[in-house]
Amino acid sequence: MAKKYDAGVKEYRETYWMPDYTPKDTDILACFKITPQPGVPREEVAAAVAAESSTGTWTTVWTDLLTDLDYYKGRAYAIEDVPGDDTCFYAFVAYPIDLFEEGSVVNVLTSLVGNVFGFKALRALRLEDIRFPVAYVMTCNGPPQGIQVERDIMNKYGRPLLGCTIKPKLGLSAKNYGRACYEGLRGGLDFTKDDENVNSQPFMRWKHRFDFVMEAIHKAEAETGERKGHYLNVTAPTADEMMRRAEYAKEIGAPIIMHDYLTGGLSANTQLAQWCQRNGMLLHIHRAMHAVLDRNPHHGIHFRVLTKILRLSGGDHLHSGTVVGKLEGDRDATLGWIDIMRDSFIKEDRSRGIFFDQDWGSMPGVIPVASGGIHVWHMPALVSIFGDDSVLQFGGGTLGHPWGNAAGAAANRVAVEACVEARNQGRELEKEGKDILTNAAKSSPELKAAMETWKEIKFEFDTVDKLDVSHK
Amino acid sequence: MSDMQDYKSSLADTGSRKFETFSYLPEMDSAQIRKQIEYIVSKGWNPGIEHTEPENAFQNYWYMWKLPMFGETDVDAILAECEACHKAHPKNHVRLLGFDNYAQSAGASMVIYRGKAV
Repeated sequence: MAKKYDAGVKEYRETYWMPDYTPKDTDILACFKITPQPGVPREEVAAAVAAESSTGTWTTVWTDLLTDLDYYKGRAYAIEDVPGDDTCFYAFVAYPIDLFEEGSVVNVLTSLVGNVFGFKALRALRLEDIRFPVAYVMTCNGPPQGIQVERDIMNKYGRPLLGCTIKPKLGLSAKNYGRACYEGLRGGLDFTKDDENVNSQPFMRWKHRFDFVMEAIHKAEAETGERKGHYLNVTAPTADEMMRRAEYAKEIGAPIIMHDYLTGGLSANTQLAQWCQRNGMLLHIHRAMHAVLDRNPHHGIHFRVLTKILRLSGGDHLHSGTVVGKLEGDRDATLGWIDIMRDSFIKEDRSRGIFFDQDWGSMPGVIPVASGGIHVWHMPALVSIFGDDSVLQFGGGTLGHPWGNAAGAAANRVAVEACVEARNQGRELEKEGKDILTNAAKSSPELKAAMETWKEIKFEFDTVDKLDVSHK
Repeated sequence: MSDMQDYKSSLADTGSRKFETFSYLPEMDSAQIRKQIEYIVSKGWNPGIEHTEPENAFQNYWYMWKLPMFGETDVDAILAECEACHKAHPKNHVRLLGFDNYAQSAGASMVIYRGKAV
């Protein structure tokens, strides 16, 4: 029986609230945290979010009847309380897979976090999690190389990788910058890194930087007999220019390049990741702007969603927070999105903020990068929290060593190896950390000096965005 | 400046050459090697031994000592193979690996006998 056209405004819940709906394996599922305007029923707001993030508009239109809207619509299928917070609730929405272009996280986000976030009936809205069905995952390119391939390319096994962001962030000439890289690499780092806002400024144009840094890599490799890399930041004003820089990095033999996926944009990121895969290059991803999106507990996009988006768009490394350093990050929540980066299957686990099972099929994993305000005293906790498949990145914690970068690098390298050796022996790193480091410092004056320099530094602010658990 | 130490490393000094994991720590004694073998066994990885002339250590492929010891969990037997490889190639680097066949990667890799760097 065909429907009749009935012009006017209908309540969203008549069409988009379907509490009896059982999500299909191929549906894209989303969990929103909704803070409604006072007086609006939960079902109506949830339905409105489902509508505005899929097929709906504010009024009925006759062209609705030319298609099978009941198939294409998003369906709000469940509502749950947010533990410990009565101002908001969770709404679960299922979207049929046909609503989204294959291989396009751009398209998925444009729907799910598009107009709906400005919708008047809401005070605030946060996208907490997305379940990407494996059918959709397999249409995306994903990380260019993945964790195992990176280990083989860089010849690093059985331990976390060590990096260092070159400081000061801005203002060094290309030659001085290359010096800072060389010193870190010869001291035992695996990688040095361009800071995110190092692109191609007047004081250091990208090409000079790339050339000087490559000399630093070559010399440090010859000197130490180990493989080295530097994340050459190819983030640029246009995608064309980004590709030009990437091509040059490949031409001079760089193993890894870098991109800022949020400020640079997801189209550009996906393009670059696909190019990296075709060209055997590793891709390090920085996340500038993420805190704008993910820090407010009631509005925006949770970082676990941004993590999934990046894994689909493509990147081999992604900054994850450190748990112990200067930047925001609750431990359980961080462990949750670290699993989302690395594992092939992640089970729903509300204690870590994971709302859905996520199956990545054969898509490779991303290495989490712990960076920001960390130094040798954090090493035992970092090795314990992050395990081997991680990059531990010490900027000030390398360059701020009283004897310089090479000594700072050596201190960190000795510390990480001592922690890994102790962990393998079955020792508890977070309890015995001091003993392990003190013992290692007996044969490393560089580590001893580092431990004396940074002993007192601590960061113990409370986390702004906590997991929603019953006792706040 | 008097208490600042120079970082001793150079192209000319062959002692500057490192060989990845654990090469910034002092060489392991047999008790420490045993602990690492126990770790590899406890992870369910397949132990393997490789060796190389120090001048070729940068290459991917070192010489395999026999085949990886698939399914071997006897720590003494593994340690005996490590010692046998070292005895047969006393000037070479000898590394112990734990092959993780699920990850298709080495879960552990460490030089346990150090040849003379060149």
